Amino acid sequence: MRELSLHILDIARNSIEAGATRLLITVIEDECADGLTIEIVDNGRGMAEEELRHATDPFYTTRHTRRFGLGLSLLRATCERCGGEMRLRSIDGHGTHVTVSLPWSHLDRPPLGDMGASISAIAAGAAQVQLTYRHGVNGQWLTIDTNALQCELDDVGLRTPTVLQWLSRHVNAQLREMRAATLACGPDR
Amino acid sequence: MKTREELQALRERAKAALTVRDQQSEARVVVAMGTCGIAAGAREVMSALMEELASRGLEAVSVQQTGCMGMCNREPVVQVFMQGQPPVTYGDVTPQVVRRIIAEQIVNGRVLSEYCVATGKESS
Repeated sequence: MRELSLHILDIARNSIEAGATRLLITVIEDECADGLTIEIVDNGRGMAEEELRHATDPFYTTRHTRRFGLGLSLLRATCERCGGEMRLRSIDGHGTHVTVSLPWSHLDRPPLGDMGASISAIAAGAAQVQLTYRHGVNGQWLTIDTNALQCELDDVGLRTPTVLQWLSRHVNAQLREMRAATLACGPDR
Repeated sequence: MKTREELQALRERAKAALTVRDQQSEARVVVAMGTCGIAAGAREVMSALMEELASRGLEAVSVQQTGCMGMCNREPVVQVFMQGQPPVTYGDVTPQVVRRIIAEQIVNGRVLSEYCVATGKESS
């Protein structure tokens, strides 16, 4: 995947297909600490020890339409390529927690890319899921919660084209503002 | 708060954008969003789909996502379900193609045959 935001969309789709009703996506960019962290937590059906052990094996899948499952193995490959780490935790019947930690400045670290498009696609993809997305850029935070948004929108559906288009643009505009407002630290960076 | 004001304005716009419920509103579009789809550009297809529906005021068209349907070599894949018609599955869909699907099939009721990979119920 060319962008980390595509991985985020992919992992979030796993959560949705696992029957999650709560999805927490946290992205933390800390240039000074040279860290980029992505955390995706869900309350879906989770994985038993056996499944967890094989989760990043591309030829292991719990689906029925094909004989391979690439998402987690591709994410692991991305991490390995740029000196990062992936941690996968799951409790059968309760949920799954994916954590990715990457060096912010590594030359092979893919860009986050179009976060707006990914968040909008995730929100569009599951009416039964409350999505909370928090994104920190050098200490400044953006928070999107689909339940809170729906409250504000009142009788207008969140998952309608006009609103989803707004959500995508809003996320990207906020991130642009945050990046412009926060300065990289120290003259030696 | 700026976002709250933005949302209120958005709410007004969204309500005004609703066209009269007609044939188009009984349409359902499903975008395959499995790993293969995402890698092939399904997210961009989704964005273009939303943009086109919003600009045409087709707020009532239902848009859903599904996982991999096993047609990985034809991703991105989009299915169109219209009332009283067999489901149509399109493959190798791009943002440009999905805009044409909306114009041709959803608005004018014509299947875009050059991108159609199947009609009728999926066997998988």
